[in-house]
Amino acid sequence: MPARVQTEDFDVGHELAALRNCDPSIGAVAAFVGTVRDVNADASVSSMTLEHYPGMTEKALETIVADAKVRWRIVEALVIHRVGALHPADQIVLVACTSAHRGDAFAACEFIMDYLKTRAPFWKKEETPEGARWVDARASDDEAAARWHAASKPLGKV
Amino acid sequence: MRDSLGTAVSLVYLARLREAFGAASERIEAPPHVNTVGALRAWLAARGGAWATELAPGRAVRVAVNHDLAGADTPISPGDEIAIFPPVTGG
Repeated sequence: MPARVQTEDFDVGHELAALRNCDPSIGAVAAFVGTVRDVNADASVSSMTLEHYPGMTEKALETIVADAKVRWRIVEALVIHRVGALHPADQIVLVACTSAHRGDAFAACEFIMDYLKTRAPFWKKEETPEGARWVDARASDDEAAARWHAASKPLGKV
Repeated sequence: MRDSLGTAVSLVYLARLREAFGAASERIEAPPHVNTVGALRAWLAARGGAWATELAPGRAVRVAVNHDLAGADTPISPGDEIAIFPPVTGG
């Protein structure tokens, strides 16, 4: 499964080793780990709860990974996203890609993360001194995802 | 014997909208003219209260039909699962 949604933490080293699977055709491994900050929008955050839409989440993540595999020459890709209660410094998300050369792994990793931010049905609710609040979506996330529409055509369709 | 040809669908509300509407899901039968996502949104907004506020034109709302993101023109069919939620904030 290229995409997992889970409450448990993940071990990046273990996950990357499993993804590489001793494949000697791989020359590059790029990984992104998102973590919980203790400050957001000028308020201190003591904890947060990640909610998702079971069924759609897995489908959306697998679609994003499949899209990345069409756009770049990557060997494998993995997305792990946690849900439930999380605290500052906890790991939230892992995106990892393997490829023969670094360019494809870097680009695919960033693409998957940008699309996840705007298309995968997750929502954060933060606990702050003023009470609980749902995190608002950022326009900068839409802009980050939008640049891929023009920047990289699918392979064979240039 | 039913005399209407309404569209029976399941609605799912998530995150802030679930709290605003006070429900996680419901089953409805939409009247025949409510046959797209956009028409459904307007029809639900006509309930008033939080529905009118949250689903007002211009409010950022996302809709998925059978787990795929949908647009206002996306048709709805009997048996569909239609989820209504705020813009996503994962990652």
